[in-house]
Amino acid sequence: MSTLKRLWGLGTGRFGILIVVLLVVVAIVSLFWTPFDPGAVDVRARWADPSWPHVLGTDNNGRDIASLLMAGTRTTILVAVGAGIVASVLGIALAALGSLTARWIRESVAVLVDILIAFPVLIIAMMISAVWGGSLAVVIWAVGIGFGVNIARVTRPELRRVLQSDFVLAGRASGLTAWQNLTRHLLPNVAPVFIVQLSWGMAVAVLAEAGLSYLGFGAPITQPSWGVLLNDLQAYIAVHPLTVVWPGLAITLTVLALNLLGDALREAGDPTLADRAPAARTHVPGVVA
Amino acid sequence: MTRYALTRLGLLVLGLVVASALIFVSLRVLPGDVAQLVGGTQASPDQVAALRESLGLNIPLWQQYVEWIGGLFRGDLGTSLLTGTPVVTELVAKAQVTLPLAAMSLIVALVVGIPFGVLSALGRRHAGGTALSVGAQALAAVPVVWAGMMLVVVFAVWLGWLPPQGFPRAGWNDPGAAFRALILPAVTIGVVEGAMLLRFVRSATLQAIGQDYVRTAAAKGLTRTRALLRHGLPNVGLSIITVLGLQIAGIIVGAVVIEQLFTLPGVGRMLVADVAARDLPKVQGELLAVTGFVLVVGFVVDLLHRLIDPRQREAS
Repeated sequence: MSTLKRLWGLGTGRFGILIVVLLVVVAIVSLFWTPFDPGAVDVRARWADPSWPHVLGTDNNGRDIASLLMAGTRTTILVAVGAGIVASVLGIALAALGSLTARWIRESVAVLVDILIAFPVLIIAMMISAVWGGSLAVVIWAVGIGFGVNIARVTRPELRRVLQSDFVLAGRASGLTAWQNLTRHLLPNVAPVFIVQLSWGMAVAVLAEAGLSYLGFGAPITQPSWGVLLNDLQAYIAVHPLTVVWPGLAITLTVLALNLLGDALREAGDPTLADRAPAARTHVPGVVA
Repeated sequence: MTRYALTRLGLLVLGLVVASALIFVSLRVLPGDVAQLVGGTQASPDQVAALRESLGLNIPLWQQYVEWIGGLFRGDLGTSLLTGTPVVTELVAKAQVTLPLAAMSLIVALVVGIPFGVLSALGRRHAGGTALSVGAQALAAVPVVWAGMMLVVVFAVWLGWLPPQGFPRAGWNDPGAAFRALILPAVTIGVVEGAMLLRFVRSATLQAIGQDYVRTAAAKGLTRTRALLRHGLPNVGLSIITVLGLQIAGIIVGAVVIEQLFTLPGVGRMLVADVAARDLPKVQGELLAVTGFVLVVGFVVDLLHRLIDPRQREAS
């Protein structure tokens, strides 16, 4: 609880929490209500300027941009959560394989992780979508795999460190099984590092959805998505530049919120950091955006 | 050093083997029949069977892989299914757009990231330094495509200074026009990547400020800024080298997206088109070339870092 309180006490943490909550609320509301049907084509209302009732204006098909953006939050959340789950499972599994198993397995996994980490998410997405065609699943798997390796890289040393600590040895000595030791001692101690990584990974997922959907590897054009919207409106930027501003702002704000949340989580988890210089965020090679 | 270089070289070779195998297998084992894809839905079973034979798909998988890798050593990455041109020829042609674009983006990223990163760290107690840091945070969250669109609106549509899209037909035979065509795309990638670099340089500089040797130099009469510039920054520079390796990977990926936006005839745009057209032999060769490039850059950067930083040499 105190971590959450410290998180809220940090300006960046508060901003991150508020934006994330806002997104979730908008996504839920959009399930029941949007100002207009996001898919409804109304040729008489093409390129309406921002005004009532089209607060953000309309696109070339007369679709209400505000409604499209609202519906797009669902896609964003789906991708962020989906990629987060894939990355977590893969990352934890690789980290566990890389620290709990026989020496030769540990070392092979470490080398494999080192190699895989050089694969840009975009390349993974292209490999998958060359065969499957574009879909949201491509984005989720590509980011999940790309970021899972990253989580493994960061979590493994942490897991190894905890493994050597006294309470784990004590647990083993007092007769806990390996599994009990894992769930009671190892995972809770690795969790802080892991959660920070996860929030950064979700930011990557949001950027990747936009970039991959823009390239045609992500969400199908029928799906309400911020990336698809960017792609739709791109052809008209010379005449209607304002329409493109909104989806871009939505993406930027979301990514910024998740990034800051990660930074704040890190700081809240380790109060001594506040006085020290901020460490650089793990840089993910080839973040597609 | 030699021992480290050899180990690292081994890792590079292993990386290339793993990469090639992953690319090869993922494009073949995943559901989907290449021959059917090439022939299209209209093709009769006989036609598909003939295609399979001519594409060499009826021989065992490992044999196909060995042939592909063998070709690699002769500079043969296969030929396009659709156009029949060798993949290598097309890669070389398209790289003439992508590599200059990447180089220009890197220069922009360095110009944005290093001086402003140091400034933002030095001015951390002033409004200017904070503004730089906040601005970099926000910029690093901007999708590259969107940044590109906004720059097109301002510099091509409103101000009319630079072309909004395209690359001269004459290519580098018309160097002025070719260079102008790459300015906006390079600035787009460079600014977003530069913002990430800025964050890193800032935190590295802040760490250097807290180091004893900087404090000592300051105590001996240098101003803090001078002490930092003379004694701190060389150390910051070292850690930046590692980040640059990752940055170059980011720039290559950024180029794939941005070539699409600016309709530049580069490797990225070709790759996107080939994936969409399911030209698998070509996609396979292109993916290997791009991944190989990223892996080799990582290798060079690691060696360079080790070569310059004596502490790492002692540590090994």
